[in-house]
Amino acid sequence: MARRTFEVYRGTAADGKLENYDVEVEPGMVVLDAIFRIQAGESPDLAVRWNCKAGKCGSCGCEINGRPKLSCMTRISDYPDGESITVTPMKAFPIIKDLVTDVSQNYRANKKIPQFRPRPKDAEDGWRMYQFEVDKAQEMRKCIECFLCQDVCHVLRSHGKHEEFAGPAYMVRTAAFSMNPIDTVDRIEFLKETGGIGYCNITKCCTEVCPEHITITDNAIIPLKERVVDRYYDPIKALVRLVRRGGKNG
Amino acid sequence: MEIRERYDHDVLVIGAGGAGLRAAIAAQEEGLSVGLVCKSLLGKAHTVMAEGGIAAALGVVRDEDNWRVHFRDTMRGGKGLNDYRMAQIHATEAPDRVREMEGWGALFDRTDDGRMNQRPFGGHTYARLAHVGDRTGLELIRTLQDHAVHEGADVYMECTIVKLFAVDGRVAGALGYWRPTGEFVLFRARSIVLATGGIGKAWKVTSNSWEYSGDGMAMAYDLGAELLGLEFVQFHPTGMVWPPSVRGTLVTEGVRGEGGILTNSEGERFMFRYVPEMFQGDYAETEDEADRWVGGDRVNNRRPPELLTRDVVAKAITAEVEAGRGSPHGGAFLDIAAKRSPEYIKKKLPSMYHQFKELAEVDITAQAMEVGPTTHYVMGGIKVHPETAETAVPGLYAAGEVAAGLHGGNRLGGNSLSDLVVFGKRAGEAAAKSATAAELAEISESDLETAITESLAPFQRQGGHNPFEVQEQLQRVMQDKVGIARTAEGLQEAIEDVRGLRGSLKACSVSGDRAYNPGWNTWLDLRSLLLVSEAVAISALGREETRGAHTRIDFPETDPEQQKNNTLVTEEDGRMVARKDPIPVVPEDLQTLIKEGV
Repeated sequence: MARRTFEVYRGTAADGKLENYDVEVEPGMVVLDAIFRIQAGESPDLAVRWNCKAGKCGSCGCEINGRPKLSCMTRISDYPDGESITVTPMKAFPIIKDLVTDVSQNYRANKKIPQFRPRPKDAEDGWRMYQFEVDKAQEMRKCIECFLCQDVCHVLRSHGKHEEFAGPAYMVRTAAFSMNPIDTVDRIEFLKETGGIGYCNITKCCTEVCPEHITITDNAIIPLKERVVDRYYDPIKALVRLVRRGGKNG
Repeated sequence: MEIRERYDHDVLVIGAGGAGLRAAIAAQEEGLSVGLVCKSLLGKAHTVMAEGGIAAALGVVRDEDNWRVHFRDTMRGGKGLNDYRMAQIHATEAPDRVREMEGWGALFDRTDDGRMNQRPFGGHTYARLAHVGDRTGLELIRTLQDHAVHEGADVYMECTIVKLFAVDGRVAGALGYWRPTGEFVLFRARSIVLATGGIGKAWKVTSNSWEYSGDGMAMAYDLGAELLGLEFVQFHPTGMVWPPSVRGTLVTEGVRGEGGILTNSEGERFMFRYVPEMFQGDYAETEDEADRWVGGDRVNNRRPPELLTRDVVAKAITAEVEAGRGSPHGGAFLDIAAKRSPEYIKKKLPSMYHQFKELAEVDITAQAMEVGPTTHYVMGGIKVHPETAETAVPGLYAAGEVAAGLHGGNRLGGNSLSDLVVFGKRAGEAAAKSATAAELAEISESDLETAITESLAPFQRQGGHNPFEVQEQLQRVMQDKVGIARTAEGLQEAIEDVRGLRGSLKACSVSGDRAYNPGWNTWLDLRSLLLVSEAVAISALGREETRGAHTRIDFPETDPEQQKNNTLVTEEDGRMVARKDPIPVVPEDLQTLIKEGV
């Protein structure tokens, strides 16, 4: 039975520090198991969020050696023996306590996305959609809302633009609705104004950390940016819009 | 008085998995104010973990399928203990509940002609489960969550309810605390829907999370509700067995639905030897026949015996291990690579592929998995009215896993997700209706004060047990003595052990403050979990036969006499007692349907 040292953030936003814990580890253990061992032993009040412990619910996002990760899917053996492992809360969100952060801004961002509205039914028993039509949206619907992409995004993490930019996770959600073959809602103005899609300068950090391997930048954000560009920045369309507006107002 | 926040709603829904969300949507549609309380963040409830699919006789893949076949499968799977009316409602309404979710944005996998695809599953005569790869629960919860939020539900996240209150016999409110701060909050409502899920955290090897501590059952019992059929706990046949830290993590039945086979250490496909009498003739008798069925000819061949009901498969794996034919880590081999191409496996079972790759270093497109039974689901729960989901407490409703009746002695895979939306909707509608005829009631401040003082008790003590120790001891007792195979002696010991642990709980202390304190939170959850564990053990002791998910080594036969009653746990003179509760008589036409088929 090997022992490993974990340096875990303890405290609140105002006052906290890394504490060292010496934990007995067995083969196959993940970082969340080590947190449980600390709770069962010396620190029952060590705060952590978790639910499924199988990479399906996205509750246990944190930073392991500074990298955004799900602690339930990160094996201890991925880190070299003899080196300590640092576990800290997601940096882009206010700390509540220890490894738990206030992620409510994500739920607020989600609420602003114009809701899905389907076209009328194609038949009495519903709609007809082919698999090739739903594949793209299904990739987006794999999102487990772990917020790791929000955490790594420099617009949120370094610049704190939570109110101006919905963040990669909600670009993915918007894409999921807009790529649904039976959706009828126009979300382009939302993307440009409220969603702040212009803030993203496609560094692809979000894609790298996604535990569901969603190609966030290439398959969600870039296609959505193209739609915004087509509407607002296409010179011919802009001219048409100007003439129309002039006509209406005049 | 230390309650700083108080909220009033027409309908309060406790629990935000599929049943709670569907109930909230239904009550909102009636134009009422709805509060939705969830123990975790929204969207993280157990529904999100459901993998294989949602059962509904849509008749897409096989037009012979209809509610009658689904009803019959459910009743036979439940070994005669189901509430027939619930099974009938469930089978009849499930198709509409599934289809309406497409209108709310759900994207199920498609057939070649653009309709909803359906996959075969254990105990279902035809391919019946609408699905999205192996992440159907995620699709469901996200769809319902978005719909409920956009329709205006007030969501209270990371809020645990610790006690329900009744005034003049009718439910009136709920006291909870915010996990992030530990501050108390009071919700008053004209009616309340419980959708708090199950009790799986009481066992050591489990696919359930910390949330599954039986809160809803314990709180309803305290108000006088009855607990039905709790001896029936489903041990899912396929949980991971290695490495130790993931022992119990679910491996979807979809693996077998897609053609996965079970073998023992001798390479034998053993399920052919375990077809029970009642299912003789329904399953393939040779490997060739099973292969032809997997290959696509489902009209002329019968399904593989790996698709027997979960109780049967779980017991078969256990028997093979006990006979010395287990896999290296004490399970059976589950092999999909032998029957399907790597591309097919990655498309249909993507999360299983990642789960094994990342947690066990097993590539399921090339190697067999090792699997064994894991605590998964409780068929028993709060007794409810089959049409309205009302409990014995006026104004209090229950839907989903917390309620009993639909599944009887064993649940078919895929019938849980459909249960959530069928009875979630019904509970929400009935709660809304009764709310309009009820008034908000004043809850006694001294009762609230008592509940708060009791909740904070472990902070007043020092040097006592760590609540996590008590939890671990409980899990060991339930695993060893109230697990898959039970005896009177073991169950009696378990009852004593659990009662003893109630004493230990009273001697626990917690350190730190109230803000996000898992030690304290676990202590509070254990109050419910211990109560429900005792109810499970006394129910199991009373059923002296082997039926469905309940196996008694000392009574290995199924006793037709005992099919006439369910077990009902109630409080009498301050004591928990189990008594027999006659099962509603099935009307003759339905009896014929069950016996003779469609």
